[in-house]
Amino acid sequence: MVIIESTELNHLLEGLISRGYLLVGPTVRSGAIVYDEIRSAEDLPRGVGDEQLPARYSLRRRDDAMFFGYGVGPVSWKKFLYPPRLTMFRATKAGKGFTITPGETEPRPRTAFVGVRPCELNGIIMQDKVFLGGPYVDGAYKKARDNAFIVAVNCTESGANCFCASMGTGPGVTKGFDIALTEVLQGKRHYFTAEAGTSLGKEVLGALSTREATDPEAKAGLDAVARAGTSQVKRMDVRDLPQLLNDNFENPRWDDVAKRCLACTNCTMVCPTCFCSTVEDSTDLTGTHAERTRKWDSCFTMDFTKVAGGNIRPSTRARYRQWLTHKLSNWMNQFGTLGCVGCGRCITWCPSGIDLTAEVDAIRGNGVHA
Amino acid sequence: MPLKKPKVAVFKFASCDGCQLSLLDAEDELLLVAGAVDIANFPEASRRVVSGPYDIGLVEGSITTPHDVERVREIRKQCRVLIAIGACATAGGIQALRNWKDVKEFTRTVYASPEYISTLDRSMPVGSYVHVDFELRGCPINKAQLLEVLNAYLNKRKPTIPTNSVCMECKLRGSVCVMVAQAIPCLGPATQAGCGAICPTFDRGCYGCFGPMENPNTSALAAQFEGLGLSRHDIMLSFRKFNAYADAFRKESDAHE
Repeated sequence: MVIIESTELNHLLEGLISRGYLLVGPTVRSGAIVYDEIRSAEDLPRGVGDEQLPARYSLRRRDDAMFFGYGVGPVSWKKFLYPPRLTMFRATKAGKGFTITPGETEPRPRTAFVGVRPCELNGIIMQDKVFLGGPYVDGAYKKARDNAFIVAVNCTESGANCFCASMGTGPGVTKGFDIALTEVLQGKRHYFTAEAGTSLGKEVLGALSTREATDPEAKAGLDAVARAGTSQVKRMDVRDLPQLLNDNFENPRWDDVAKRCLACTNCTMVCPTCFCSTVEDSTDLTGTHAERTRKWDSCFTMDFTKVAGGNIRPSTRARYRQWLTHKLSNWMNQFGTLGCVGCGRCITWCPSGIDLTAEVDAIRGNGVHA
Repeated sequence: MPLKKPKVAVFKFASCDGCQLSLLDAEDELLLVAGAVDIANFPEASRRVVSGPYDIGLVEGSITTPHDVERVREIRKQCRVLIAIGACATAGGIQALRNWKDVKEFTRTVYASPEYISTLDRSMPVGSYVHVDFELRGCPINKAQLLEVLNAYLNKRKPTIPTNSVCMECKLRGSVCVMVAQAIPCLGPATQAGCGAICPTFDRGCYGCFGPMENPNTSALAAQFEGLGLSRHDIMLSFRKFNAYADAFRKESDAHE
């Protein structure tokens, strides 16, 4: 473990730029911290924090100069690995048939993700399983993933909607990063402890002027991360969760949540693990050119479950139940883990403020138990 | 493409013309449209009027007079495919606000000789009088969506017009939710997509121009508006706008009367 002084953070970013990486990281826009292209440490939300509650998000000025003193915002990294819209191919009429050209002709830039939180890194690892794990690999995702360099930042504070500790996905990273940072601010002393997770990460760190962390410096970082975990208020009760939901398909709580659910799709859009998409075809007026586009979809839209003969989940009750049961039960059968990383985005960005941990508690409270 | 170009006609009822202007506003695509179809009846664009029948009829505006009723029935007979365009033609428009009032009282107040005014009690969508093949929402409609619908009918495929919420458009384009981050009441969660989430992207709440989405939960949204400090009256007004008489919005506004 090495030390990067806070004043030297930009050297890390410059080092990545000089290696040809496009930097994507947290920055303030439209009253929130979002992930977007950044050019230097100047673009980071230094001294900005946030308050999050169900259906409420607000920025606040911190009384210190932390670079990473905020919780996750509305944008997740899936935007960069699994883009909201992707042209899959173009077709042009040629004689009696047609010719196909690939949708993506420009090579994707190598991208460094700066400030990936532990819960989010677990979300990426979950999407890796979805897009790369089976016999059919998603080519576009693979390209973007292979080109990504991950600078993870451990959490030293927890927001009111965070519940990573109970999901085992934070507040510290354990795997999947190129470089992991922990920001420590004690009085006037402001530094990062840094460790490499890959040989490339080691190379990037090695090019900086760093020194080995002393034991107290390293311990201060570890303690701060541990405190973020112990101070976390919200928790998901994961005991026998897959079985609990499977046993409670007719629980009256589904009717209750359906009264509050807007079926607006926000939870699925902000979720770092939700991966559903639809495919749209378009033609030009002459009918000689066509295009196929992949677009994020959601299990809350009607079209999502429209099949010949009708709609298999016509009610919001059935839709919410499907979403939650997939995340917290069927995901286990499909991918071997739960599909939730405890980032709390679906709680914050639900305009109705539906809190999935509370829904699980309610089902546990009045539900059928195996 | 068929050998003979399909004949397209544009008809207007009670409306501001903004929706048919979207067709003229198609700019780059306008010449393509003119090349692909025979614009047979479009008084706003050309004096040349070719008589029916027509392959595609675009109808703008709401039905507000007995004469409108006769005319729209005749238009239906003349058009193989009839597409209602805009909030007036699909929900009665802003003028449907009169549906809550006594129209006779208005005519008495406004006109010196109200006996010459022949009008219906209500401003109603085209679909409440004749069968409509497709309803394209919006106040005004989105020109890209209009081209998509024309395109789909010309190429004999289903139009790709999503009926989900505006929220999805915000998220797809990366706009931050104004209701959550700025406590601005927004009709987006209950409103059909199509505009590209213009207002929330510019820090305004959605005005519901595209009418109710496929499965709107307006009462849950109204409960959130109340939490943001809106009075009963303000909640009523927020649902009673350009699509006031669309079923879901009408019921929700009535609930806060």
